[in-house]
Amino acid sequence: MQTFDLEAQGLRELNSSLHAQASDTNQTHWEIVNPKGSHAIAVGLDAPIEVNVRGSTGYYCAGMNKQATVHVHGSVGPGTAENMMSGMVVVEGDASQYAGATGHGGTLVIKGNASSRCGISMKGIDIIVHGNIGHMSAFMAQSGNLVVCGDAGEALGDSLYEARLFVRGSVKSLGADCIEKEMRPEHIAILEELLERGGCDAKASEFKRYGSARKLYNFNIDNAY
Amino acid sequence: MCGIVGLFLKDAALEPQLGDMLTDMLITMTDRGPDSAGIAIYSEEIEGCAKLTVQSNAPDEDFAELEKDLRKRVEGKVSLAVTDTHAVISLQAGQVSVAREVLADIRPNVRIMSHGTTLEIYKEVGLPKDVASRFDIRQMSGTHGIGHTRMATESAVTTMGAHPFNTGVDQCLVHNGSLSNHNSLRRKLRRLGVHIETENDTEVGAAYLTWKMQTGSTLGEALTSSLDDLDGFFTFVVGTKDGFGVVRDPIACKPAVMAETDQYVAFGSEYRALVNLPGIETAKVWEPEPATVYFWSHNAAPTAQEKAA
Repeated sequence: MQTFDLEAQGLRELNSSLHAQASDTNQTHWEIVNPKGSHAIAVGLDAPIEVNVRGSTGYYCAGMNKQATVHVHGSVGPGTAENMMSGMVVVEGDASQYAGATGHGGTLVIKGNASSRCGISMKGIDIIVHGNIGHMSAFMAQSGNLVVCGDAGEALGDSLYEARLFVRGSVKSLGADCIEKEMRPEHIAILEELLERGGCDAKASEFKRYGSARKLYNFNIDNAY
Repeated sequence: MCGIVGLFLKDAALEPQLGDMLTDMLITMTDRGPDSAGIAIYSEEIEGCAKLTVQSNAPDEDFAELEKDLRKRVEGKVSLAVTDTHAVISLQAGQVSVAREVLADIRPNVRIMSHGTTLEIYKEVGLPKDVASRFDIRQMSGTHGIGHTRMATESAVTTMGAHPFNTGVDQCLVHNGSLSNHNSLRRKLRRLGVHIETENDTEVGAAYLTWKMQTGSTLGEALTSSLDDLDGFFTFVVGTKDGFGVVRDPIACKPAVMAETDQYVAFGSEYRALVNLPGIETAKVWEPEPATVYFWSHNAAPTAQEKAA
């Protein structure tokens, strides 16, 4: 296991060391200590490595992630796991605004609450939040799944394309063109797998599904979700 | 951008370190606002005394004989403590308006940064570390304080455009964001007789809160109505004699993090600003909700002003 003291060694050295890992690297376990709210920790990774961040981070942690698993043992600032392509990002604490924004793939698990604009413009990422999410979450979401074990804030799924939104608690309000949809057996099956992947202690049957009413954009059946 | 820091002490043992802790927090926020910086600090109250913090671009000239000149026309004790471009004038509580008139008459270039009984505001153009060292903020003690680092967007980089803004006796405001209806609101407030000095958007926000409180609103009510009357982006932190408050606009795109322990309540635009506070590892850390007024006060029995908030 490699231990990296961010305060002593600096961000640029951290990210270039992580970027230098090839897909068959032997250095698969990394510990980052003293993150102290720094920005852009472990961004742009592209190797099957596991990175544990011991503390809270600032803006853009684990952005543009591919293949890697980034586990933050603390809370994260704005833009965490932004534009993720694949891999997994786990946040033990809370996440600030636009977590998982524009993500194309992979899994983002937030064990606390997520703030506003969670999953904004998501394009295939799966986001699993154990707590609540803030306003304008999944705005213009295009595909992927957003699972919320707690409550959702105002204007959930505004101007939604084709993404599945599963919420267990209350929804303060739905955004334009977002409606509640029937929970069919295939959705229960999808949600059960997501809940297991996210380590959630929740039953799929307790959730409601929300999706696009398909009135705001030119719906094409090939995009159906 | 802009950076905001705030520290409200519950544990009096930390009071001698307030300036030191706030300075570190402020310097951490340099890359959010390298244009100018300022700090509002609430320190010891002297019974029956008031303080005017003033600023001059030519302090050697303006402050040299100021104490003597003020004594000629202001009753009671008057003393002057100069720090760099700023000076704190201590005088009898009832003499503040006289002193303001006299100042305008004999030193028209001297600007008033703040008035109150415990509040002092220090602000200048330059990097936060330089501004903090000019005024030796590290040595200051107090019960609570608010700091701001500015990245100017709406108006010029000047001392008067720096934050905090004094909104009333012992009250101040700092702002991260930009108000989009400040021109029309400035015209409206000026028609109502409110004095607004600059083209700065935050000064209009500060004048708005002052006007609301002068016309019967409590601070809490004024902050709540700002959510309707101010258009644009804002995270405001306000200071009062007894405490501080936080409000964010409903969109809440300007960042804010808070931390609370048995010893303090702290505010930072980013968590980075809070990382060296004592006991931060076990503090309750959270993001304040949009369109919600938060308030902390030293007063065990809050006054009507704080109740509303």
